[in-house]
Amino acid sequence: MYGAIFMRIPLDRTGRDSLQDDYVLRRMFMPMMQFREALNQAMCEEMQRDADVFLIGEEVAEYDGAYKVSQGMLAKFGPTRVVDTPISECGFAGLGIGAAMAGLRPIVEFMTFSFSLVGFDQIVNNAPKIRHMSGGQFKIPIVFRGISGPGQQLAATHSWTIDALLTHVPGLKVVVPSTPHDAKGLLKTAIRDDDPVFFLENEAMYGNRGEVPEQEYVLPLGRADIKRAGTDCTVVAWGHGCLTALAAAERLNQLHGLAVEVVDLRSLRPLDEESIIQSVRKTGYCVTVEEGYPTCGVGAEIAARVQEKCLDDLDNAVLRVASLDVPMPYSKPLLNHVVPGVERVAEAIKQAVYFRV
Amino acid sequence: MGKTKERQVTTMVEQSQRIEPSPSQLLDWYRQMTLIRQFELRCAQSYQQQKIGGFCHLYIGQEAVAVGSLAAARPSDYIITAYRDHGHAIARGTDIYPLFAELYGKSTGCSHGKGGSMHFFDRERNFFGGHAIVGAHIPLATGLGWAIKYRRQESVVFCYFGDGAMNQGAFHEALNLAGLFKLPIVFLAENNCYGMGTHVQRASAVTDLKLRTGDAYGIPGKDVDGMDCPAMYRMSQAAAEYCRGGNGSIFLEVKTYRYRGHSMSDPQKYRTKEELAQYQRYDPIGRLEKQLKDQGLLDEKKIDALHQAIHKQVEEAHHRAEQDPDPELDDVWRDIYANPFGPYRS
Ligand SMILES: Cc1ncc(C[n+]2csc(CCOP(=O)(O)OP(=O)(O)O)c2C)c(N)n1
Ligand SMILES: [Mg+2]
Repeated sequence: MYGAIFMRIPLDRTGRDSLQDDYVLRRMFMPMMQFREALNQAMCEEMQRDADVFLIGEEVAEYDGAYKVSQGMLAKFGPTRVVDTPISECGFAGLGIGAAMAGLRPIVEFMTFSFSLVGFDQIVNNAPKIRHMSGGQFKIPIVFRGISGPGQQLAATHSWTIDALLTHVPGLKVVVPSTPHDAKGLLKTAIRDDDPVFFLENEAMYGNRGEVPEQEYVLPLGRADIKRAGTDCTVVAWGHGCLTALAAAERLNQLHGLAVEVVDLRSLRPLDEESIIQSVRKTGYCVTVEEGYPTCGVGAEIAARVQEKCLDDLDNAVLRVASLDVPMPYSKPLLNHVVPGVERVAEAIKQAVYFRV
Repeated sequence: MGKTKERQVTTMVEQSQRIEPSPSQLLDWYRQMTLIRQFELRCAQSYQQQKIGGFCHLYIGQEAVAVGSLAAARPSDYIITAYRDHGHAIARGTDIYPLFAELYGKSTGCSHGKGGSMHFFDRERNFFGGHAIVGAHIPLATGLGWAIKYRRQESVVFCYFGDGAMNQGAFHEALNLAGLFKLPIVFLAENNCYGMGTHVQRASAVTDLKLRTGDAYGIPGKDVDGMDCPAMYRMSQAAAEYCRGGNGSIFLEVKTYRYRGHSMSDPQKYRTKEELAQYQRYDPIGRLEKQLKDQGLLDEKKIDALHQAIHKQVEEAHHRAEQDPDPELDDVWRDIYANPFGPYRS
């Protein structure tokens, strides 16, 4: 359990949550590190460890990364291992997959996953299916990483939360870390993994700080982490949604003494069904939190599995908190209305547990 | 295209003209092309009997392209192609038995019954597949080329696709990357005049395909007669050497023609019988046969014997594949991930 070392305090207690500035992260222990630095370290360590690993994408080299995740890597590894590409998502996604077929271990950075859509055929056809269609003769050890989630008022096309689209596809793995610690350990595992792993990051989180051990460590894919223990209600979340869930849990605890358990999935495929079920068995209530859409979303999948596996333990329906089912608007108040914030998650939890003041 | 490149390409073409295949090579190509054709005639028969499922695209008429070009490929070279892949797999040396087994969806198939006609794979022979989304494998070829360059190997990628694929965005992104990174790739556009029922003239703004990559991507283009196996070999050999020499990629517009429909269900209303007959007069197998006869390397008796031997080979492989058992149902869960992690089954 690593969540205990953070304390997230909502800045705005009026209930008007904004996406980027509703939290400050209080440092409790040293050494603290930014999310982007943790990712950078993971990539650098793995590239030092294995000469077959290289990073490729738009602006990753000379520009030091559009979001500075790959800062300093060109200087460290040179232009054959930190590679700038033209604006050709289909082309360089395919290049990565081909290189993986030939035995290299590419890390492909999408500036954001919103742009990966012009290369979506490579992502949902070539990456996950070549192992299968070749009868297991070719593996695709590749990591695609980049931003998934609504940014700062980028409007509809640039605000994709791609989680559910990708998780839908057998043959892919989908990892969504919520802390620098998890990000580093999971990215290292993803790079060593022999399957295509999609590693989803969030612009609002790159600057977040958290404790990251100095010694070498990796984290397994497909294992959830209880970021906050509790007995009154299970909240299943991941990525940025997990931070919102933690803030909501904290608020409900302070205001009403509710003990909410936050299960951070960390990986959507493989999915740690065990941990979810175990928690729901304990609390009897379940709420899912995501920044993607509710229709055919990850929350819908979790709700289905929970009712299949432990209906008798449930004292209410599984409730889903998700973005409203509309294209992401530009206007800030509208955007904040669409994307679930602390208030909406807290309300859902109260509703789930029949809370009455 | 720069002057240096033009000179290099002229040299390449001159060199290609000096390459003389040996009699044993010619005979082998004749055998290979005949094998491909008989294999596919057998496929057509089985398909009509509804024993083969899915889409099935025959290569009949285009055999010289795969056979001649792959004769120039080393075992360490990488091969990748589209869904019309029977000829390439056979020319690369994959035994026809696992190919038949694949068409029958058996686990003994070259892709364990998971790929079918359009997705032949053979890791051992560096055959990186048939791929069925038009154009989508061309970016993969850049990755193969990237890996070769990354490891400082001498290998070359042979990447095949149709004229129709050249209108896909994936093609253009891939060629720009190949030109930009100077990747060792021989791009072979098999221009058989049609993408399904659409003639090149109705699909491509510039119909002289060899011109489409030089100025645009710095990848020089040359055309070659794809109905002429030795010519295919010569040009491919020179092109591969060009790439091995660190000059980057090269583009070959291969002029060819398919005799059969696009797939097995194609009424072929878009072309005339006369047009087809015109091309069949230049049949690659007939042409090589005549050359071999003229050179005294083949006679009717030898031809008969060879055809009978191949017929027997095809029938035996076909029979064996047909007898193989279907895959276990649990096989659906195999080969999706390196270590299956407990798939969700309701
Ligand atoms: C992206 C995509 N669009 C459409 C198709 C359907 N389709 C399959 S083959 C084909 C024609 C391709 O022609 P060409 O590239 O010239 O290859 P040929 O069949 O002549 O070998 C089409 C339209 C497809 N498989 N993939
Ligand atoms: Mg064609």
